[in-house]
Amino acid sequence: MPVSLLWAVDVYGRVYSLSTAGQQWEHCRDALMEFKRVTAAQQCCWGIACDNNIYLNVHASDLSIRYQEETYENQRWNPVDGFSDRLLPSDRWQWSDITGLQHQPLDSFRLPSGSWEWEGDWFIDENFEGEPTEKGGWTYSIDFPATYTKDKKWNSCVRRRRWLRYRRYKATDTWAKIPSQQSTLPDPFSDISCGGWELSEEPRGRLSLWAVSLQGKVWFREGIHHHNPEGSLWEEVSLPGEVVQISCGPGDLVWAVLWEGQLIVREGIGRDCPKGSSWVVVDSPSPDVGAIHVAVGMNVVWALTKDNKVWFRRGVNSHNPCGSGWINMVGEMLMISVGLNDQVWGIGCEDRAVYFRQGVTSSELSGKTWRVINVPRDGERSHSSASASSLQSAGCYFCGEVRGQSVASDVESDTEKGSTDGATGLVASDYPESLDAPADQTSDGPKPLIPKVTSDSFISELVSDRDSAKTAPSVLPEEDDVPGDGEVTAPSSGAALPQSQSGGPHDPQWSNVDLEEAQILQVQTGLVPESSDTCSLSSVATYTLAMEDQYGADEHPLWAWVSGGGCSVDTHSQLHWFNCSMNSSSLVQSVQSMSLSVSPAQTAAWRKQILEQLSERSKREMDNFRHYEQAIEQSVWVKKGCMQWWRDWKPHKWIDVQFALEQFTGPEGNKDGILFIYYNFCEEKKYLHAFINEITILVPVLNEAKHTFAVYTPERTKQRWPIRLAAATEQEMHDWLALLSVSCCDSRKIQGPPSKQAVWSITCKGDIFVSEPSPALEAMPYPTPCDQMFWRQVGGHLRVVECNSVGVVWGIGYDHTAWVYSGGYGGGFFQGLASSTDNIYTHTDVKSVYIYENQRWNPVTGYTSRGLPTDRYMWSDASGLHERTKTNTKPPSPQWTWVSDWAIDYGVSGGTDREGWQYAADFPASYHGYKTMKDFVRRRRWARKCKLTTTGPWQEIPPISLSDVTILPCATQSSSGVDVVPLWAISNKGDVLCRLGVTALTPAGTSWLHVGTDQPFKSISIGAASQVWAIAKDGSAFYRGSVSPQSPAGDSWYHIPSPAKQKLKQVSVGRTSVYAVDENGNLWYRQGVAPSYPQGSSWEHISNNVRKVSVGPLDQVWIIADKVQGSHGLSCGTVCHRLAVQPLTPKGQSWDYGIGGGWDHVTVRGNSMEPPRFRLPVLSQSVLQVKDVAVNGNAT
Amino acid sequence: MADDKDVLRDVWFGRIPTCFTLNQDEVTEREAEPYYLLLPRVSYLTLVTDKVKKHFLKVMKAEDVGEIWFEYEGTPLKWHYPIGVLFDLHAFNTVLPWSITVHFKNFPDQDLLHCSSNSVVEAHFMSSIKEADALKHKSQVINDMQKKDHKQLWMGLQNDKFDQFWAMNRKLMEYSTEEEGFRYIPFRIYQTMSDRPFIQKQFRPVSPEGKVHTLGILLKEMYPAAIPNEGEQKRYQAVIHGIEPLLETPLQWLSEHLSHPDNFLHICIIPVPTD
Repeated sequence: MPVSLLWAVDVYGRVYSLSTAGQQWEHCRDALMEFKRVTAAQQCCWGIACDNNIYLNVHASDLSIRYQEETYENQRWNPVDGFSDRLLPSDRWQWSDITGLQHQPLDSFRLPSGSWEWEGDWFIDENFEGEPTEKGGWTYSIDFPATYTKDKKWNSCVRRRRWLRYRRYKATDTWAKIPSQQSTLPDPFSDISCGGWELSEEPRGRLSLWAVSLQGKVWFREGIHHHNPEGSLWEEVSLPGEVVQISCGPGDLVWAVLWEGQLIVREGIGRDCPKGSSWVVVDSPSPDVGAIHVAVGMNVVWALTKDNKVWFRRGVNSHNPCGSGWINMVGEMLMISVGLNDQVWGIGCEDRAVYFRQGVTSSELSGKTWRVINVPRDGERSHSSASASSLQSAGCYFCGEVRGQSVASDVESDTEKGSTDGATGLVASDYPESLDAPADQTSDGPKPLIPKVTSDSFISELVSDRDSAKTAPSVLPEEDDVPGDGEVTAPSSGAALPQSQSGGPHDPQWSNVDLEEAQILQVQTGLVPESSDTCSLSSVATYTLAMEDQYGADEHPLWAWVSGGGCSVDTHSQLHWFNCSMNSSSLVQSVQSMSLSVSPAQTAAWRKQILEQLSERSKREMDNFRHYEQAIEQSVWVKKGCMQWWRDWKPHKWIDVQFALEQFTGPEGNKDGILFIYYNFCEEKKYLHAFINEITILVPVLNEAKHTFAVYTPERTKQRWPIRLAAATEQEMHDWLALLSVSCCDSRKIQGPPSKQAVWSITCKGDIFVSEPSPALEAMPYPTPCDQMFWRQVGGHLRVVECNSVGVVWGIGYDHTAWVYSGGYGGGFFQGLASSTDNIYTHTDVKSVYIYENQRWNPVTGYTSRGLPTDRYMWSDASGLHERTKTNTKPPSPQWTWVSDWAIDYGVSGGTDREGWQYAADFPASYHGYKTMKDFVRRRRWARKCKLTTTGPWQEIPPISLSDVTILPCATQSSSGVDVVPLWAISNKGDVLCRLGVTALTPAGTSWLHVGTDQPFKSISIGAASQVWAIAKDGSAFYRGSVSPQSPAGDSWYHIPSPAKQKLKQVSVGRTSVYAVDENGNLWYRQGVAPSYPQGSSWEHISNNVRKVSVGPLDQVWIIADKVQGSHGLSCGTVCHRLAVQPLTPKGQSWDYGIGGGWDHVTVRGNSMEPPRFRLPVLSQSVLQVKDVAVNGNAT
Repeated sequence: MADDKDVLRDVWFGRIPTCFTLNQDEVTEREAEPYYLLLPRVSYLTLVTDKVKKHFLKVMKAEDVGEIWFEYEGTPLKWHYPIGVLFDLHAFNTVLPWSITVHFKNFPDQDLLHCSSNSVVEAHFMSSIKEADALKHKSQVINDMQKKDHKQLWMGLQNDKFDQFWAMNRKLMEYSTEEEGFRYIPFRIYQTMSDRPFIQKQFRPVSPEGKVHTLGILLKEMYPAAIPNEGEQKRYQAVIHGIEPLLETPLQWLSEHLSHPDNFLHICIIPVPTD
């Protein structure tokens, strides 16, 4: 579980964050002013400061936010000048966008705000549709607009080229003011809420940001996405009333509270319309008491009424955003925040402490109890206080006698002035000067006294209280402001005016020092504030607070606002938030054993010494006495059970069998066993058996119907027909698998973690297997046959695993999470002895399950779900052969649980229309994303996310999601363990990254270095001598120049065209060999790669039906192949080994087939074990050649 | 990187090469050959010497055979101490194989407990485990186990099944994450030159101030002489399973990994050899 943050603001406007791994509130010190509210997402936090401006704090990431600006330079040929920028009058601009309609000279590009910087200067893009262009990057055409080619022809009259420049967002980890570029500014903001990141599949960064202004208007921030974290502009949203507070969930829920106490729900929010279309009014939970606050999540709505009661809305989902009814919950809260996974936080009414709702799960969204978060704040001298009297006064504020909204004045004491003391810099003038207030007073006398009880007013009150405490007279109407602060007065009176936010040259030039002095003066002179007209409890309370402030203790912080939008907590999270005593804090971190938490036990001297002495003892006491008899004789041990077996003969079906494992100790002390399956054949008792030492792999095949696993031997691997067994329960299956696995390992004398040379592979179910290579695996001419390799399972769930020969192993989950191997073994269902005690961690993964909705067109009704009798199911799987409805489709296995609802998937290859449909002439056919006359059927894909939680020897490397990773296969064994290991990766957005600080001892490395590219990449591989090859999204290859230990990121990309008419998708580089796989399953070898010319000369076709390739440090070539023929059928996804790969014949000759089908990934990049060298008698050379030819003849 | 599980294995599979000889005084029909055996360190003498017994009975008359007992250099060996403890206490730093004399008469009642059958060993072993769990978990874990679980622990030891034993024993080695370790560490400190059989007291893995207790702290408290004063010659070795862990080794870790199957940490304090 990556570390994430809970954000909160205390009543003094100070911003704090609490890490899910931490045990104290960290003060956000770079907040140069007090904040009223914050709303967080995982990658950033938005806030309203007391100047009523909105600030954005983007968390720093190794992967910077970059935006590519582009413009086109257009030229036309004329007989005099040749190509020149003299265009025809009807032509486009010399500099334009891609359409030619927009005039875009280079100098017209401006940075959108002060938070951006240029990364470099403009340059010409020399890559055109995956091919390098001739010099200058020009592409030619007959005329504008037309299709362009990179070749200049006789009729090429116009040409253009693309210029690129990158800008980078630099204001990370700091509060950057959102520039208000509009002339018609919204009035000051009073509430803000972000969410909506689950609305589309776009990379993390797209957000919906909703804001409420003091006048009760609602604004939506347009254009926030991962390239543009600040968004572009505010759009007003029309309203049925005046809104006081709004809440936006991660998905399509947006609720707001009206001034009058009803709630409104936004409808029509979707992928194409994040802003929604209309409002629906929902009544307050209580008929007498209006609602005051609302908080929404993915599928939940919580609300508060003015009496602080907590309400939970029943029946909310994306089809019914309004829900069906209210349930009163226990507890009284001032505000509530719903975060990730619909977890709930609140601020208690009584004590203003932050509460966490415990026990919220997807099945029980309302949770169980409120639990107070009880952690200290970091050791800043605090002037907050929590005495009973101030608490009371705070409480009574909220409970009724609160007047009209107060406005903290807007004084631009902002960052650019470089004020040294950021804590102050704020002068707050209390309420009545908000724009509408005077009007209210005149037109409607009593109104200011009527409590306008919104949590917002409360916060502003408190924020201003804090200031009043320091600058007491400022509670007075502003015209009474302290003499000498006159300059301040002007802008502060303008606070309520929209223009005040412009800042600029009118800013008063005063320093903080002046202000401090003024404050002291004020405190001395005006201890008892004389509120002029509406002398209310506010000022009394202010006074109390001010008094308390002098000697307040920091026992109990008072919180004003909390946001869990960036805080990832689920039922498996271990939080240390609840009973934190200061001294135990360092001891509770370890799950395993205390020794771990106290010192790094793995490296402690005492531990090392024990291990050494034990092995010394064994040597001393046993080595010379091996011939002695053992005192205890080993006996045969049998475990029996009942199972079902997928019988070998036709018709294949499951039959009940007796299952027995006999284990015994052989004469040499080695353990072995036999597996027996007793069955009835024509009423005759028969049995099938397998020697434990012949079993090569045990594969769990969990599906919704049966708990099955497959047992392979070399013979059965050849047949592609394993022994398939089904246990009655999942637990029974896991027990058997663990037992059989231990038994197999014992018989092969394999124990402990996998070696550094291990070969790793992954099945299409995400199960991870590892095999210990023997030196004979790459031997010539008779390597160990691939089907004899023994594979054992390792806990966890991954899509990609990569390793190298110093033991650095990285994995990538289906949800693109990066994991590093921790050095343990076991995990998952391998409990107890089959698993290491240390280095096993919680492992999660999320993947989508897809079903298809199919429809046929008929002339009367158009497309309906009534198909022809011959048609597929109207709800089906991808093949159409199996019915899959939304209700009957279950997660892939009982280990998976749903974490989302069904949603239309727009990311289908071929494209979709706005409703996600793809059209075709008939089932099954190739689908396209638009309707034509010839289309009679359509389908769309629905996706639902499910989550697996298991354990394994993997530790997460947050926060950047990856799609590919590669580690330099070090052929030479470096013993020191401190040598830096080059590791490159591709983020799931396609950025190329280089990991720094990776060594054998610190395999996780320290940070990412971003390597710029002009387009997203999808595959990368680093081979010996720092050859880095990568595949771009357009299917062409790139070679990275000048990569070396001194310059780990290299200097530039060399474009390498893909094989003709093929788009490459994956690359793997060994010692000298470079192999790539294209999207049509062809395997290509790069010819002519030489140290002096590392880019090589051309691609040579090696094989087809290849899904993935892994080239090892000895240039050994392994692939995942499709369509491998076995005696019982074809198999897809088979691990294959290239035979006869030699330094002089790097392309090898034929394939040897190993485990499969159903395999997705293999990596041999850890295996640097040189095969034993044979000196063949000269005579047998000819025999060998004959054999090779024979084998070659059989190759695919 | 070696795993802590390897430590468990090494401890379990520790063997002491032993040469059994029949006492000169025994009446035999013919000369008895010595018998050589690898004794598991973690087991008990009477549990693993059926073969020895059979071997010597072959040369003896049935009427001369009393209850078997063992002696090393004049010291009767207490079968209810683990074999490894007996060896470390009496024969550490001597030449291997360990030479044990077998007696069939003159049972030293004042020194040894009678052991009529394996069920006596079982009862002793199980009572040790229960005592240890009382110290570690207020007996909660052992009481939650079923009869067959107890049997599995015993059968594991009796049949030298590491996996079988540890599948159950690991439950006895767990503790909740909120605590820093066991309630008390079950330990026994043995010494050769003492009338007291062993030292056993209540001792926590962590001090009230949250400081981790180490082997050194335990010894200082229980047997100060075992720790040399500054500048002094080391006089005693603290031996566990034939090794001398560093004094800074955390006690909790030792208890989890170097305890005998009876769940006690048996520490032998022996004089440093003078030669």
